[in-house]
Amino acid sequence: MPNISRDEVAHLAKLARLAVTDDELDVFAGQLDQILDSVAKVSQVAAADVPPTSHSVPLTNVFREDELRPCLTQQQALAGAPAAEEGRFRVPRILGEEQ
Amino acid sequence: MSELVKLTAAELAAKIHAREVSAVEVTQAHLDRIAEVDDHVHAFLHVDTEGALGAAKSVDEKLAAGEQPASSLAGVPLALKDVLTTEGVPTTCGSRTLEGWIPPYDATVTRRLREAGIVILGKTNMDEFAMGSSTENSAFGPTHNPWDHARIPGGSGGGSSASIAAFEAALAIGTDTGGSIRQPGAVTGTVGVKPTYGGVSRYGLVAFSSSLDQAGPCARTVLDAALLHEVIAGYDPMDSTSIDAPVPPVVAAAREGASGDLKGVRVGVVKEFAGDGYQAGVLRSFQAAVEQLRALGAEVVEVSCPHFVYALPAYYLIAPSEASSNLARFDAMRYGLRVADDGTHSAEEVMSLTREKGFGAEVKRRIMLGTYALSSGYYDAYYGSAQKVRTLITQDFTSAFEQVDVLVSPTTPTTAFKIGERVDDPMAMYLADLCTIPSNLAGNAAMSVPSGLSDEDGLPVGLQIMAPALADDRLYRVGAAYEAARDAAAGGSLVHKVPELGGTK
Amino acid sequence: MTAVAELMDYADVVERFDPVLGLEVHVELNTKTKMFCGCANEFGGEPNTKTCPTCLGLPGALPVVNGKAVEGAIRIGLALNCEIAEWCRFARKNYFYPDQPKNFQTSQYDEPIAFNGYLDVTLDDGEVVRVEIERAHMEEDTGKSLHMGGATGRIHGADYSLLDYNRAGVPLIEIVTKPIEGTGARAPEVARAYVSALRDLLRALEVSDVRMDQGSLRCDANVSLMDKDATEFGTRTETKNVNSLRSVERAVRYEMTRQAAILAGGGSIKQETRHFQEADGTTSGGRTKETAEDYRYFPEPDLVPIAPSREWVEELRKTLPEMPAERRKRIQTEWNLSDEALRDLLNVGAVDLVAATVEAGATPDEARGWWVNTLVQEANTREVELAELAITPVQVAEVIALVSSGELTNKLAKEVVQGVLAGEGSPREVVDKRGLKVVSDDSALIAAVDEALAAQPDVADKIRGGKVAAAGAIVGAVMKATKGQADAKRVRELIIERVGS
Repeated sequence: MPNISRDEVAHLAKLARLAVTDDELDVFAGQLDQILDSVAKVSQVAAADVPPTSHSVPLTNVFREDELRPCLTQQQALAGAPAAEEGRFRVPRILGEEQ
Repeated sequence: MSELVKLTAAELAAKIHAREVSAVEVTQAHLDRIAEVDDHVHAFLHVDTEGALGAAKSVDEKLAAGEQPASSLAGVPLALKDVLTTEGVPTTCGSRTLEGWIPPYDATVTRRLREAGIVILGKTNMDEFAMGSSTENSAFGPTHNPWDHARIPGGSGGGSSASIAAFEAALAIGTDTGGSIRQPGAVTGTVGVKPTYGGVSRYGLVAFSSSLDQAGPCARTVLDAALLHEVIAGYDPMDSTSIDAPVPPVVAAAREGASGDLKGVRVGVVKEFAGDGYQAGVLRSFQAAVEQLRALGAEVVEVSCPHFVYALPAYYLIAPSEASSNLARFDAMRYGLRVADDGTHSAEEVMSLTREKGFGAEVKRRIMLGTYALSSGYYDAYYGSAQKVRTLITQDFTSAFEQVDVLVSPTTPTTAFKIGERVDDPMAMYLADLCTIPSNLAGNAAMSVPSGLSDEDGLPVGLQIMAPALADDRLYRVGAAYEAARDAAAGGSLVHKVPELGGTK
Repeated sequence: MTAVAELMDYADVVERFDPVLGLEVHVELNTKTKMFCGCANEFGGEPNTKTCPTCLGLPGALPVVNGKAVEGAIRIGLALNCEIAEWCRFARKNYFYPDQPKNFQTSQYDEPIAFNGYLDVTLDDGEVVRVEIERAHMEEDTGKSLHMGGATGRIHGADYSLLDYNRAGVPLIEIVTKPIEGTGARAPEVARAYVSALRDLLRALEVSDVRMDQGSLRCDANVSLMDKDATEFGTRTETKNVNSLRSVERAVRYEMTRQAAILAGGGSIKQETRHFQEADGTTSGGRTKETAEDYRYFPEPDLVPIAPSREWVEELRKTLPEMPAERRKRIQTEWNLSDEALRDLLNVGAVDLVAATVEAGATPDEARGWWVNTLVQEANTREVELAELAITPVQVAEVIALVSSGELTNKLAKEVVQGVLAGEGSPREVVDKRGLKVVSDDSALIAAVDEALAAQPDVADKIRGGKVAAAGAIVGAVMKATKGQADAKRVRELIIERVGS
């Protein structure tokens, strides 16, 4: 029986980049607990010999020719940007390291 | 209300192509209808008056110049779910995070509609990012069911189904991840089809759950749905999961069904979809529909699909998992909402604060659920197991379709519930998709067709028909035959019984 | 900032510890278009002009795999003696970072397209080390950030950043080694030699520009130390930003000395990502992460599996060029080189150049002589790679031909080469422009010889007296008078002749 704590929900929110409020943490912890409790029954029939399905279409090897297609213009690319500068997307200072 | 808006898409097209009426007149009639009733229904998030009239004018000009209509539906007005991108026209997915976003490109479905001369009236309301079964999760307020304004129109595509039930549009496009075309169809007394996964391109469909999402037609008749299906379906090299095969002969099947019987057709009733949790009136309507199919000559048998009861839990692992990843791109960096960019917050903080502000509760809930299910240590028990259930459900369908040509069930366990009734109880809300989810998990085709009104509350009920992958035509044959017989017995199409709108809300 | 790290003397490091390496190389493929969309795969250009809904991660856009990139991945796998998967998928690696348009990287996780291979690497002294390859998988590159404000243009202290997504979605192959053990003191050298050999191999395959300076070949070096008697690997660090072959070697060496000092002082190594500082050859740690990364990999639902048929794989195997190692063996035999001569050739990176010069008509010995002696010096003086000198193998062959035909002396030939390197044109053009032809008209030479003998009668007497060696002084005078354009051998002959007459 899954039991998801408030701390775990806080951790999930962090992973998912959601600055949830304390009130939300309480609500979500309860709801997620209830949902997980209900969905956990999938493991009842998921025997080791059952292959998983990731795609419901029986396709393989779908490739594209290495041919150029028209790109967006710089103006189109930046049209929706909250902020732009010198043809680039402007974003607040980045704290973390590149991956 | 102009009588034009009461016509079917096929009838409108015939009149437009015969130049008895212009596409502009037809479009204007629908725009007028929207102006008249949409304050009460709230089916639309954006009405593109100028674009619609321009497209209609272009159809009229081509016809006047003696050109053949671009398609069998050229000139017919349509409502497009706001989850498909439209170049130059806002696309919000019902979310604050995309408020005001104007895509620089058309979805393949949008492009096909435009190329077919179909007039796009505007973008319809939906549960935020298609997560929901009531359209209450729209950031821009709920859509009201034209049958009873206090009730939900289904979801996530409640705007699309309500728009056609309210005669604001002759046709609509929905998307169906767990039932978001079929369940709204059922509760609004309209037809909704989820084509075979891979049958309609997903390019430009803002992804909720990539392996389950499929766009499809919403209409007031089975034939109209078939005509629209034919326009939007077909191989697209921009979607790697698009099937490179001819579109099943859906229009021919709809015509054949409407004029013939169902002799030789084997229909399986899914044993698992009845009992507790099903509204009695829904079950009675379903039983009557099954009797109708039998009367049409179909051979009806009961079929067991033992794993279908695991479909709902599997879905609520797979869909949120994929969604948690699909929605990661809404991060305030390249487009959409950005808050707290005041020089004191880092990019990471701006991302978190914007996502917190831009997403509604259901979206956040599912993102966290999906994040959990994919986390190391939990993956095998949750996501991994759900994918195995997917295999078992596909196997259930395979063995069922060895015995029967189509399966039937109620589309959704209840009629339209009241707005607000289930908002605080996610699990109760999720039950609305109990019967529709198996076809999303297996990828096969399914339809909801009106089966009359529930005798206890007078609200519409839907009959779900399910066919094997790539056998979408079977839905249309059975659906059209059933529709013709039901309408004949009831003395007309169900949707025309929708109460006159206006005034009451 | 961080205090200067304590280091252990290298000899002591390898006395006490065994290093274990793991190298992750990212190579950008040189396909025309990106991995999952039809945008141009080109270095540089105006920012955000090579993007589309797919590589910008716009809502609704979908990826489609570039078949040519898959082909490149399989060829790389085959060249690295890998098995090629019969069936594999892409997966999403989920993490938020502004240079990642979708906030997940489409990559491969537990089903790489190529796995279980090896690459034989030859060290400077000829020792061959077999580096085992764990896997080679396909993925996509990220965009590029410019950090604005602050003092250094670096991420720390910046006020804000600017993003260009031209590079986002460029096809990458990540090649990961198995742990490389037992290399002892030579670990830094092995690391460098491996990356160098891999670069040669990728260049021979013509799948990438392999320019470390432009980032089309990037190396992350994992280093750990274990006590001599230990049976388990120590904690490793991963050093990034290693942008040249020399840096690979320096970074590994630095990490060994840094980690050894910590371990010897009773400390423990923090598993972390470190950055190599080109300027002083050190590595520095990043911000400590509060929690371990959890990438939440799952199969990419927008892409279908890849199942390369065995026929296709065998067809691709046939397209593999001669591998650098085999080629070296063949050349050694054909050119009749000692191990030492081959090594010299390899060390200066002259094999391809000599081969091309031979191709253009020179003998292997002559070609080798020019490249390994004269031209290496020129490259050293100019501080460039041999291949970057402004002279082509065909031009070198032309110079050699001019010498063989007697049109140029060796001395003049060197001057011609100088002219070519200075951009004065082809060898023939330099000969004409500088007027460097060998003087073969004896009458002019005889006059010069006579003049020189007359100027130094005492020397003339010595020669006459049988001291032929004394002729050198006269040769020198003649050469000076003819500005070096005379054939010294002929001058000497003429001196003997004139003295006797």
